[in-house]
Amino acid sequence: MSAIKSRPIYPGLKVDERAKRHLVAAEGEGALAVLEAFADAPDAWSRMTLLYTPGGSAPANHSETLQGRAPDAFHLHPTRQTLMTRLNALLDTATMGTRLYAAGVEGHIGEVVAAGLAHGVDHLSIRTEHRGSLARRVQCVHCKGFIDDVTISPVPCAHCGVPLFVRDHYSRRLAAFQGVSINAETPDEVPASEELYK
Amino acid sequence: MTIQFKTETFRDDFTFSNSPEAIHRFPFPFDKDEYMYAVNIEQHMPGPVKSAFEFPIDIDEHYVSEMKDRALVLKQDPLRCQSLPHMITAEWDLLELLMESMAKNYPEHFTLTRDGDSWHWVNGPLGIDQKFTFGDTSTLPYPPMEYITRQCQGDFNLIDQRNDNLWMDAGIVTTQADWSLDFDIGMNFMEWHAPVPLAHDIGVFDRALKFLLNLQQGRPVRRLNWTMTINPRLDTSPENYHKWGVDRTTVTPENVGNKVHLRVELQALWRLPRSNAIVFSIRAYLIKMEELVTIPKWGRRFHRVLRDLKPELADYKGLTRYRQMTVDYLSKFDDGAPTSPGFFPD
Amino acid sequence: MSGGVEIPVRVVDVEQATQTVKRFRLAALSGEPLPSFSAGAHVVVTMDDNGRRMRNPYSLIDRADDGSTYRIGVLRTPNSRGGSKFMHERVNAGDQLVVTMPVNLFPIVRTGRKHLLVAGGIGITPIYAMANELRRRSASYEIHYAMRNEASGAFIDELRAAHGDRLKLYRDDMQEFVSVSQILPNQPLGTHLYVCGPEGMIDAILKGGRDAGWADENLHSERFLAPAGGEPFSVVLQRAGITAEVRSDQSLLEAIEEAGVDAPFLCRGGACGQCETAVVSCDGKLVHNDHFLTEEEHASGKKIMTCVSRLKGRELVLDL
Repeated sequence: MSAIKSRPIYPGLKVDERAKRHLVAAEGEGALAVLEAFADAPDAWSRMTLLYTPGGSAPANHSETLQGRAPDAFHLHPTRQTLMTRLNALLDTATMGTRLYAAGVEGHIGEVVAAGLAHGVDHLSIRTEHRGSLARRVQCVHCKGFIDDVTISPVPCAHCGVPLFVRDHYSRRLAAFQGVSINAETPDEVPASEELYK
Repeated sequence: MTIQFKTETFRDDFTFSNSPEAIHRFPFPFDKDEYMYAVNIEQHMPGPVKSAFEFPIDIDEHYVSEMKDRALVLKQDPLRCQSLPHMITAEWDLLELLMESMAKNYPEHFTLTRDGDSWHWVNGPLGIDQKFTFGDTSTLPYPPMEYITRQCQGDFNLIDQRNDNLWMDAGIVTTQADWSLDFDIGMNFMEWHAPVPLAHDIGVFDRALKFLLNLQQGRPVRRLNWTMTINPRLDTSPENYHKWGVDRTTVTPENVGNKVHLRVELQALWRLPRSNAIVFSIRAYLIKMEELVTIPKWGRRFHRVLRDLKPELADYKGLTRYRQMTVDYLSKFDDGAPTSPGFFPD
Repeated sequence: MSGGVEIPVRVVDVEQATQTVKRFRLAALSGEPLPSFSAGAHVVVTMDDNGRRMRNPYSLIDRADDGSTYRIGVLRTPNSRGGSKFMHERVNAGDQLVVTMPVNLFPIVRTGRKHLLVAGGIGITPIYAMANELRRRSASYEIHYAMRNEASGAFIDELRAAHGDRLKLYRDDMQEFVSVSQILPNQPLGTHLYVCGPEGMIDAILKGGRDAGWADENLHSERFLAPAGGEPFSVVLQRAGITAEVRSDQSLLEAIEEAGVDAPFLCRGGACGQCETAVVSCDGKLVHNDHFLTEEEHASGKKIMTCVSRLKGRELVLDL
């Protein structure tokens, strides 16, 4: 159980054998979670649409291994953004009986879950597994700008420059943690940044 | 009873103050000399005459000025009022609840005339005269929740109930104690309470959720919550924290009685009829220490509560920086005499 | 009063819809409009049979446009403790009853993108209200209504007039059955299914949904249990210091109320959890009939839902 009550729990990919279609979005090391979870479900690969981006955090590109398992459809994407564009298009026409899976860094999982929500998928029915870096996606509460792959706190907002303390409070809708000014009460001091979420 | 509405500000020159009558009706939140979280939920029944609990929706002398402050906040930051698309039925339910309650209990200030779906609303203090069709958003200048809550004191959240949980899916939040609607919208009950320390571990939210899932139509409930604010600022939002946070450093032994305010939230919850949603209203009342100590029982009691507060709670409520100075100030009004049970002045 | 605010009503009209179903139209005794309600809600009706008080939940079918009346539908059940029998045999236009405020334990999921409504027999009553609301909202929906034969379909004409092609009928006598393999495939993502009807039908539809790969979050049902009678036993209300007998035609909750104790309740159908009561001790075996407590809680013997569960044995001691 996460100590942060608003932070999602990522229980791990668990194959739903009854699903008619497995729509899998993997980032970086999330590929390994997919390979492990579906190792015991050889039939499932023939009903799988697999989207993969090696991602910034992956030391290796797992696309050949994934492709070697012969998923029904395989989409390799250069970035998370292009993966999300394809995923949204697939969700637009998906039918009930489709199970959505997300594996990779937290920011990626968050974006996939948010896309599912926007298509009427209950977040509890989305299977998720966290792999790779603990970097956080952060939203600046002051200017509403998003900052990806945050590993330090405080972190200067990439948009408005306010030094942000990363609160342990997570929004599923925004797929981000909340960043709040760290020195509002001591404007002349900015504490040194520490690496916290590598 | 006609209310004399004051002209005052909650920003810049901070001219807000309470009249002696307003001090006397202040919803003081401590019935004992100590404080800890509890599921302090009770039926939202009419309370004593002239108290903040007399009517389901309380309108007081600060009404007109508070509504002006809300309009300013919304002009600067429209994200303070948001509603997910599936909440439109709940918005109409809320409009009905507020208009009915205000017109019934303050007939000298508000009138509502209903003829089927053709409604006519007159708000005297704000000079509004509006005919509209109930259920037809295009007949109002704003969506229904925003329309009516620009005319009603307090923040409002609309909570959807599905899959045995409560989801905060709409709201207008301009007088909050450091939480962001824009960030929290769409969260479930446990998630939006996540930053609150201690209470999760003693099961407060589990019990409260179970209770609220069965909240009944016609049986609203309420509870009091509290924090402290420097200057009578209503908009203590995280969005603007980098602007108001510095206020906390301006407290001195000379100005503590005037600058430091107890901020009490009268929170009420109603089950709505058409949508099965729940309204969660959070009405903030402010009182400066100088005003508070004019009620001797409250001066004594608040001194003891603040002095003995657990450090985690003081931190969460943002009091740490000026707590000791406030305790020192209040100690002058605490002669150690016992206090009587209950909230109300002796 | 522990069931919430109550509204005295007068029966305006009784309609024999089919051989076994009557529809009752109820108006507030005060002449005031009845409260609006959300589709899927029920009210608990209090009946007074010469001093013997019975309370049954009935789904609300609709509310008149001007709010003057509610309609409920009552199936006469052969093994009834007396509630539906009383409604059928003794309640006439002009009679007075008391209803609670509406309570909704079977709400439409408003975030859903499409809604499949499945009803069997008298289970049509909440589905009827849901279909009306979805039509008003111009939402996407289908109604699948199963019945013994056309004559027992209490709401066919009204539904057909309001919903046209969205209504599909399944008549047992014509070997027509709701088939999940027909209605579930190809539904768009974000579809929700709601089923109300006989226990066996609900189980079959829900299983069919899961087999079709639907997530539990998208499958919804309402099971109202008529509290079954059973063998008589004694109940000791420890705090009140009262001992009472629970007759065989009475629920535990009814016996507690008859003893003059104002115990909490909401749905009286084993669904909402409001009447959960701590068991101090029991001489016998608890017979749990609710859908609220977990299996472990049932096995623990520490809690009981007084509305539908009872004791097979001699004496039950409750913390009331």
